[in-house]
Parts: sequence; C-alpha cells; structure tokens
Amino acid sequence: MNGKALALSGLAVGGGAAVLIRRWKEDASETGGVNDRWHTVTINRPLDEVSVNGRLPEPLAMLGDKIEVQVRLAPGDRGTEVAARLRDPVPSGPAGAGARLRGQDPRGPVRRALRDCRALLETGEVLSPDRPPTTHPGPGGKLISVATGRAREEGRL
Amino acid sequence: MKALTWNGVNDLSVERVPDPQINNRQDAIVEVRLSSVCGSDLHLLGGYMPAMERGDVLGHEFLGDIVEVGADVRKRSVGERVVVCSFFGCGQCWYCQNDLWSLCDNANTNPGLTELTYGQPLGACFGYSHALGGNAGSHAEYIRVPYADHGAFPVPEGVSDRAAVFASDAAPTGWMGADLGGVKSGDVVAVWGCGGVGQMAARAAMLLGAERVIAIDRFPERLAMTAEHVGCETIDYTQTDVGGELLERSGGRGPDVCIEAVGMEAHTDGPVNLYDKAKQQLRLESDRPSALREAIYHCRKGGTVFCLGVFGGLIDKFPMGALLNKGLTLRGAQQMGQNYIPMLLDRIAAGDLKTDHLMTHPMSLDEGPKGYDMFKNKKDGCVRAVLKP
Repeated sequence: MNGKALALSGLAVGGGAAVLIRRWKEDASETGGVNDRWHTVTINRPLDEVSVNGRLPEPLAMLGDKIEVQVRLAPGDRGTEVAARLRDPVPSGPAGAGARLRGQDPRGPVRRALRDCRALLETGEVLSPDRPPTTHPGPGGKLISVATGRAREEGRL
Repeated sequence: MKALTWNGVNDLSVERVPDPQINNRQDAIVEVRLSSVCGSDLHLLGGYMPAMERGDVLGHEFLGDIVEVGADVRKRSVGERVVVCSFFGCGQCWYCQNDLWSLCDNANTNPGLTELTYGQPLGACFGYSHALGGNAGSHAEYIRVPYADHGAFPVPEGVSDRAAVFASDAAPTGWMGADLGGVKSGDVVAVWGCGGVGQMAARAAMLLGAERVIAIDRFPERLAMTAEHVGCETIDYTQTDVGGELLERSGGRGPDVCIEAVGMEAHTDGPVNLYDKAKQQLRLESDRPSALREAIYHCRKGGTVFCLGVFGGLIDKFPMGALLNKGLTLRGAQQMGQNYIPMLLDRIAAGDLKTDHLMTHPMSLDEGPKGYDMFKNKKDGCVRAVLKP
C-alpha cells in the first residue's frame, strides 16, 4: 500500500469512526440521554483471577447484557483494570442530577458492582456497615441515612 | 450496652445502644478496657466535620480484650488483649499492601461520600463520621473491629493499659509525621502542638536521630509535660517570637522538618486569629490553618512540612508562594498505624517511648461528657481524658 492509499484508508477509517460517534450521539439524544462513559476500578489481583476462563466476576455478571465490560492488565504491577459501562443511554444534565437525587441513576448499580467485585476479589467479602447505623433518626439523620444508603452507588467512579 | 453518643454540636450523652455484632467473617468484637478522647474528636464535637448523625458513638483510640472472632479471623483469638489501630484496612488492596493503610480501597462502606468531597474515596476510621464509614466508636463497652487480623495488635505483657492505649492513635500518628516527614540524623525539627500527637511526634523525631527537637504551644502545663516526659526543647508562642527562636536554634537556617500537630481549629496570637475565626463562622473557610501557615513560613529552604493535624475542607490564605519558592515538600496523611504499632509497643515496653503520662484524667464512661468538656476547654491541665467502660 502506497502512502496515498494509506492516507485514504486512514481517512476512511477516521470518517467511519466519526460517523459511528455521531450516530452514537444521535441514538443517545433520541432517547433523551447520553452514552455512558467507562466506569473503572483497579483490582489488586492478577488478570486470570479477575476473569476466570473469560467469565466476569459475579456482581458484574449479574448485570447481564445491560453492560459492556473490558478487563485488562493494569500498569506497574497494580493488578487488573475492570471497566464497565451501560449499553443504554443514561440521563444527563438536570435529568441526570434529578435521577441521582431520587436514587434512580442507572449508573449506580454499575458503580456498586465494580466496588463489590474489587472487595470480593481482594478480600473475599464485601464489608457491611455497622447496624443499626444510629439510634436517633432525626431530620439530619434521615438526610445522612439517604446519603449513606446510596454511597456505594454514588461518587465519581 | 452503654456508649457515649454525639447528639449535636457540643451535645454528648451516655446512652444504651445495641451491642455490636459480627457482620463479616473477618470481624472481631472487642470488650473495651480504655478509650481515649482525641483532639480530632473536637472537630466532630464542634460541628466542623459533616456527616455526623445523632446517636453516633464517638471514640477511636482504644484497647481491649477480644471476646468474639469471625470465621475468617486467623491471627487473633478470643482472650487476647489488643490495641486497635484507629484507621482500619483490609490488608489486601494496593494501598494496604503499599503501607498506605488509611487509604484502603475496601474499608469504607460509604465510598461515594469522600469520593465526591475529595476526589477519591478514603479509608475508614472508628467513630469518625459517616464519611469515614459510619463505624461505631470505642467509647462503649464493646466495639466491632473489621479486618481484625490487620488492625488489632496484641499488647506485650508488662505494658500497662494506660500506656498501650496511646499506641492506638497518638503514638503512631506522631511517629508517622516524623517518619514520612523524613526526619534523619542531624535534623532540626519543629513541632506545632504539645497535645498527645505533638508530643509523640517530637519523641519520634528524637528517636529517629534529630539533633534538636523544638515543640511549640501556649499552655504552660503542656509545655512542661513535653519538656519533662518527651525531653525536647519547647517554645511558648505567647511569650516570644517563634520565628526568631527557630532561626536562632537552627543556625539561621530554619527547621529541616516542620510537623503540624494542631489541625483545623488552630489558635494564634493577634488579628489573624480573629480573621480566621470570622471566616470560619461565616463558612468562607471551613478550617483555621494558622499553625500550618507558620510551619510553611518558618521551614528552611528545601525542607519538609508534614501535616498531622486533621483538616476537613478548605483553608484561606494558604502560603503557596513560600511553598513553591522555598522548594518545600508538603505532605499529610491520616495515620497508618499498622506500619508502626508493633514497633511502638516494643519501644513502650523497652522504655524508649513514654506514653502513660498523657492520661491526665482517667474516668468512667458515664463521665464522658465531662471528660470532653475538660479536654476541650483545657480545664485542670487536661491533656487526655481516658474513659473506662
């Protein structure tokens, strides 16, 4: 392949990618959301323990076809990176903020599953909070109860 | 069981709360022998740290006896007298395995809270708000200790309870400041704050080979205690020019390592104190950082400032120019006692490290609210009130 052909094919690939990206965004906007980004954790275990014979860890496997998952070796002996994103568009802007406030963010279960995978693979169990968390559920306490109730599904992950 | 609970700003009471249970296979239940108040509790008491809930049990510096263990606890057993590290870690994540225990990836059951606040999720501490896991504290008859194999350490025979209790937090926190601050032979080290942590940091600096160690405070009884039990030099900042003294005592260079052991409610003389208090009350800054500013200002060129005092949020008038132009290294951390506690217990047993003098006011759990009042307001020379359930 000469240089010109290489450039053309590169242009074609690039153009194809651009079309795909546009279509992806259009698809998302038609349903009122945006495409999910990759949510990623690094698990301090070797790749073959994280994905045994190509199988996903249980918390992620339970999300089934709702998610796409990537598993790759982390740099610097840090273990294995596991990334997941929802296939369906997710709410953004005010709708996204509203969903988070209502505890209906579809990304929440993905975050929880990733955190649970890490805990299970690294320590063998997911740590449970103290119960009951308080003996005085007043107004401020209720607010904190809501926040802590969702804390495993929230954050920047 | 009985426990000391937080019920709002400056509002504590002793109440009946449910007994802790084994929730995870790596948990242990410890019957508390002694549980110390800590300066960092005052930030909770004063309402400066959010994510507290009425009924939360305070306390994170303690020792006791193991009375129950989960199925996967391998190293610890029922009947052992243990001192427990205030921050606990799983021992398996990358952070724990790289000695960064208070940054554990798996210990905090509320990771989203600190992830949103600080950018990354923090580890977990006993009795220190729901942001750090919402774990019940040690001012109680019993406490659940997650990951007990990694955070509970047997106390050698011959080490008293009143000495060992400070190996839970004050001693490892202080040691970490000197260790991670890079104190080495021949250094001049200045420590801001002569509370329990400051005294332990000063002693650690001496044991790590510092040539001169100078501790700074304003309370005569704390300065005297530090001189007597730690054996370092002291400066009363209300009586002299701290900067001038530090230059004089370091050959005009300034201290090689400055350790800040004061935190977000620092006091200083003069109008800066009023300025910081006003801004804090108006919520224009969450923390008062006067000791940290001084540490940065007085540190020698190319030196290190280590921040041990607890800060929770944002500070104002941070001397970035001094930090950059003097080529300083600034570091801070919540304590990582798992790296130090066995060694510290050995040093206590050998007499290298004296800790029992910090317990100025032993009292019953029922007297906990009074103990915090004495501690907060420095009544009767209180350095540490220590509760016995």
